[in-house]
Parts: sequence; C-alpha cells; structure tokens
Amino acid sequence: MANVQFDLVSPERRLASVAASEVRIPATEGDMTAMANHLPTITTLRPGVLVVVHDGGMDEYVVSGGFAEINAESVSVLAEQALPRSEVTQEVFDRMVEDARNALDHARDKQKDEPDVVDAAAKLLSDMVAVGTHIGLDSKQSSFG
Amino acid sequence: MPNLKDLKNRIASVKSTRKITKAMQMVAAAKLRRAQDAAEASRPYTERFNAVMAGLAASVGGSDTAPKLLSGTGSDQVHLLIVMTAERGLCGGFNGNITKLAKIHAQKLLGQGKTVKILTVGKKGRDALKRDFGSYSVGHIDLSAVKRVGYVNAQDIARDVLARFDGGEFDVATIFFARFENVVSQHPTAQQIIPAKFEQDADADVTLYEYEPGEEEILADLLPRGVATAIFSALLENAASEQGARMSAMDNATRNAGEMIDKLTIQYNRSRQAVITNELIEIISGAEAL
Repeated sequence: MANVQFDLVSPERRLASVAASEVRIPATEGDMTAMANHLPTITTLRPGVLVVVHDGGMDEYVVSGGFAEINAESVSVLAEQALPRSEVTQEVFDRMVEDARNALDHARDKQKDEPDVVDAAAKLLSDMVAVGTHIGLDSKQSSFG
Repeated sequence: MPNLKDLKNRIASVKSTRKITKAMQMVAAAKLRRAQDAAEASRPYTERFNAVMAGLAASVGGSDTAPKLLSGTGSDQVHLLIVMTAERGLCGGFNGNITKLAKIHAQKLLGQGKTVKILTVGKKGRDALKRDFGSYSVGHIDLSAVKRVGYVNAQDIARDVLARFDGGEFDVATIFFARFENVVSQHPTAQQIIPAKFEQDADADVTLYEYEPGEEEILADLLPRGVATAIFSALLENAASEQGARMSAMDNATRNAGEMIDKLTIQYNRSRQAVITNELIEIISGAEAL
C-alpha cells in the first residue's frame, strides 16, 4: 500500500515525521482520513485527537488547533500545540481546558458585540472537553456556565 | 608611581574580573547552543506556515473582502513599533543596535508626519528608548521571569498586539529584532507584520488546493496565528543573537583582562625591582660612608 509522508510540527518542535498509511485528522468541519493520493486540501483543525497509522503501529497525538496541508504524497499538520497522547496527563489536560475557558471568558468580556467570536471560543472549549472524554480524562469543570 | 600593594590589589581584581567574564562566556556558549536548537526546531513550522499563507494571500489578497490583517486598514498614519531586546545587558552592541535601528525608523516616520507608538519587549529596550521616545511608549512586555521563550510568550504578545489592532490603535506594525547570522554577527532587522507580507517563490510549484472551510475563513483563522508565528521566530532569533553577542563580548572582555593582567604584572615586577635596587644602593652607600 502506498504511504504518505506524514509530518507533525508545532512551533517549538517537530513531533513526528514518518511514512504513514493513513492519517485521521480532526478537521474543523468533521474528522477526515487522509491516505495516499488524496486531493490536495488545506483545512483548519479543531482540538482533537490525531491518529497516524504506520507500519510500526498507531500513534495518537492531541492537538489544540492549527491546520493541515494534504496532498497526494504528504500530509503536514501544523499544530499550535501538540502532544503525544501519552504525555497528556490529567494535569496537562486541565490546563488546556482552563486556557480554552479563559479564552471564552475573554471573548465574552471584550467582544460581546461579535457573537461569532464568542461562539468560536465556546466551540473551542466544548471541543477541548470532548477530547477529554475521548481519551478517558475527566474535565473537572464540566459545567458550561 | 603606584605602590606595590596597590598594584597587587589591582592585579587580583582584574584576575577575578577575568574569571567572571570567562564564566559568563561559557554560560553564553551553552545557552547559545540551546537557543540555536530552539530556532532550528521552529523552522519547519515557520517555513511551511509561510508557504501556505503565501498561497492563500495570493489567491484572496486582491479581493475587497480580504481581512484587515492582510490588506491593511487603508491608511498608514499610525505606526506601532515593537522593539524586542534582551532583559539583560553585557552583550556587546546587541541591545544598542536594535534600539538604534528603531530610533532611526521612528525619526523617519515622525519626519513624514506619521504617528508613532512604541511597544517594548525586554527591559533594555525600554530603558534605552525612555529618554528620547518615552512619550511614545504605549506599553511594555516583561519577559524577565521567562527562562526559555516558548510559543506561549509569543501568543501573549500577539494577543496584546491584535487587541490593539482591533481597537484601531494603529495601522501598521513593525517588529525590531536581531537576526542571528553567526556568533560574531547579528543583524538588527525591521519586519512588518501587520499588514502581513508573505513572499512567494515565483517558481514554486503551484498546487491547487481544496480549502475547507473556505479560503477566506481559513485566512481569517490563520492570520492572527501568523502574527504569533512571526513574533515567535523573532523571539527565538533574538534569544540566539543575544547569547551570540554576549559570548563574543565576553570573549573580548576575557582577552582584554588578560592583556591588562600582563601589563600590570610587568609594571609590578619593575617597581618591585626598583624597590630592591633602591634598598641595595642605600645599604651599599651606607657601608661606604663608614
């Protein structure tokens, strides 16, 4: 089976660079799977779990947002914050949720007249909480007040 | 002629200065390696990011609905200068060069009748600009508590800058930092970040991408990140430049201290010899007089 060159980079480091057979991406408008010969696409990401399937098995990464560039031979994911799933402990996750919550509060505070921005921040928070459910971590602050 | 004791004290003091500068040089060398690694690690992200942005900007840039971060506010009256320097001195001309470039830039803009606002990052830049341009300062970002710059720091700065932009405080933003060439040369650089400019390789393969969601939504989402990315890479370049500059400054200082010790030692030996000779003459002439 043809492989795609998969790169996962964050501003601080390159997390992965492998030949993958399949990459599952949490795109803004829904999950998508990229394999070889995919139509060239650029999509933004929502907070979620990115799954890479390669010869050696399967890797999972938690990403907080960013975008992905997909073409026939390669998939590059540029994530603002990305961590291997094993490094996402309860503590790390709590902080990520906290950040999203702060962003939402900030948006509610400063940009009341721009509901789009507030909605976007709220969605970010709920996506983040959903990530927790997905990887089996509990977001302590499950109320959306 | 200074007496022997004074000379001896001076030599001792210069020696301990040399020890300190030598230690600082070695610390800077170690930090430089780390800073360079960090800059290296961020490069794939920045390059890919800029390539994608260039493609997007080229296809959306012309339209009337292009985001303000890309097309500008339609005026260039108010300029925000973001001057990024170190938190600490003793690094040669590093801070001075950056602030000098910023000063020249500010003066030119003022000469053209523009309004100038200055945001400083790093204590040294604020101190240097306080006297001549203190009244233009709109804020200062303190990174002295930060041991190692991370993307989070860049995001904080970017958030501040973007909030000001959204508030209509300025039209054009330029960052000032030193680009790291090598250990002995760091180039003070001015880079315009708002409205954003992306250079596209003319001969790069143009792949037609499918955009999801639409091009404009993606652009609107990515432009603020672009500001953070630009600031982040400037911070990293600056960190590497600072350590490089400190390393060569301390190397010079160590060498100068060495030269000074040699000179003082010669002087010390000469005066010691002179004292001995003097004493001998006194003894001999005393004996002859008997």
